[in-house]
Amino acid sequence: MAIKERMSGNEAVAYAMKQINPDVMPAFPITPSTELPQFVANYIANGEMDTEFIPVESEHSSMSAAIGAEAAGARTMTATSSCGLALMWEVLYVAASNRLPIAMAVVNRALSGPININAEHSDSMGARDSGWLQIYAENNQEAYDNFLQAYRIAEHKNVKLPIMICQDGFITSHAVENIELIEDELVKPFVGEYNPEHYLLNPEEKMSVGPYAVSNYCMEAKKAQAVAMENAKEVILDVAKEFEQISGRKYGFFEEYRLDDADYAIVAIGSACGTIKDAVDELREQGMKVGLLKVRVFRPFPGEEMAEALRHVKSIAIMDRCEGYNANGGPLGAELTAALYRAKCNAEVINLVYGLSGRDLRVQDAKAIYEDLADIAANGLKDSHYRYIGLRE
Amino acid sequence: MSELTEIRWHGRGGQGAKTAALLLADVAFNIGKHVQGFPEYGPERMGAPITAYDRISDKPIRVHSNIYEPDFVVVVDETLLHAVNVTAGLKKEGAILINTSATKEELIPLLNGYEGKVFTIDARKVCMETLGKYFPNTPMLAAIVKVSGVMDTEVFLQQMEESLKHKFAKKPEVLDGNMKALKLALEEVK
Repeated sequence: MAIKERMSGNEAVAYAMKQINPDVMPAFPITPSTELPQFVANYIANGEMDTEFIPVESEHSSMSAAIGAEAAGARTMTATSSCGLALMWEVLYVAASNRLPIAMAVVNRALSGPININAEHSDSMGARDSGWLQIYAENNQEAYDNFLQAYRIAEHKNVKLPIMICQDGFITSHAVENIELIEDELVKPFVGEYNPEHYLLNPEEKMSVGPYAVSNYCMEAKKAQAVAMENAKEVILDVAKEFEQISGRKYGFFEEYRLDDADYAIVAIGSACGTIKDAVDELREQGMKVGLLKVRVFRPFPGEEMAEALRHVKSIAIMDRCEGYNANGGPLGAELTAALYRAKCNAEVINLVYGLSGRDLRVQDAKAIYEDLADIAANGLKDSHYRYIGLRE
Repeated sequence: MSELTEIRWHGRGGQGAKTAALLLADVAFNIGKHVQGFPEYGPERMGAPITAYDRISDKPIRVHSNIYEPDFVVVVDETLLHAVNVTAGLKKEGAILINTSATKEELIPLLNGYEGKVFTIDARKVCMETLGKYFPNTPMLAAIVKVSGVMDTEVFLQQMEESLKHKFAKKPEVLDGNMKALKLALEEVK
């Protein structure tokens, strides 16, 4: 029987961290993820976890310490947001290329400037090409469930890549909502113990981590890393199937909400998807065939699968809670549009930037997008394919 | 009550409006409701206007936007009536609850023509008589439970007693003071 509770998204992820009880957590506080190391430090102080907590002086140090711990053979986690993630930049690539399956809770927040503490995906989207796996959540339940699955995916022998488990700053991280927790007796065997194949503290196998590689070999290492990212797709689905057995909750690369017979589709990531679902239901009641594709896994990017799920629709709005600053659109817009082209989809596609720095997306905004999509399908695209939603005029 | 009740809290940083909103979500959860309790963060500093929200429903809640057309509004600090449009979007079938020692007649000119019901409570008086210190969120919580009817007030008191007992296991005197404050608030709201 699941444990019915109510807690914020941060509390939920911290609870997953407690249940997993990894070996090491180096962390530096930053809003809105500060509560994560706070909760963990409390659990440790109360004797409910025996994780080695390392207070560090910056996020560059927290990621560096995580790399050291993971390379030594310890299951390691950390948490961050916004500029904290940006300060980790250099070492994010070191973690991924050394194939260290660190799990990091990212509580998405805008990057400066203007300085702002609210939800935006620009932090983790900026790190999208660093070689980390990335999974996003609509609410506290999904953030919890995704964190429980994180190590099973990251540590798999065909993957061995670090993973970011993302949720929207404040909107889910600080909102108290109902949740179903899973008992320790089910979580612990599901997550399992970490038994790394190669690790620094193994006296039987002397090795070095992160040495220089000359051009003769470097490219092969990068290709192997790219293959690991491809391999992650199968592992993510396998782990989701196993997770369904202990939770009853189904996960895939993305969720299709009333999409199978939809004429008009929105594609989005994160907490806004709940709001869009309410808009879908309201419009469906009026007889409008609308649907949502909610992206859960962004790295690896399930482009082919998404294109297949969207093949039948007449028009698509791809929503980015992140500006690309490329005069062409946001990251989800760019990658999914490319995938739709490769799959020879004929739908009209627009890319909408929304929700920057915590700007709210309302049910009525989502309904207006669907009305717009219907107009585009009927009369063709007249306005730009790349525009803003909810901007002050 | 209707299927979904939406409540907006207006307070000033440091007064506990966010805590009260989360406590209301807590007690509603305890009686089997689906809840959402969340703050809206601006520049966080003591005394700055802050907003917090509650959604309480019999069905799962998916929407993740702020509340623009609340059923009820709670004003924890009456000086906000001069600074913030607290009745914005407030449904006229609903009500506004204000922490004040003034009369309704004195306040109505400050409510931008709001046509719904107006309730007041002097939370300072309730606090001083029961707690000896001014923590407005405790009486405001009890008052909004009564005004909104989201749950039976007896059930609310039982729930609060259980959770306060747990929270203040080592300080029974705090439990008594808070319970008195909640009960007095239920009587004082008008």
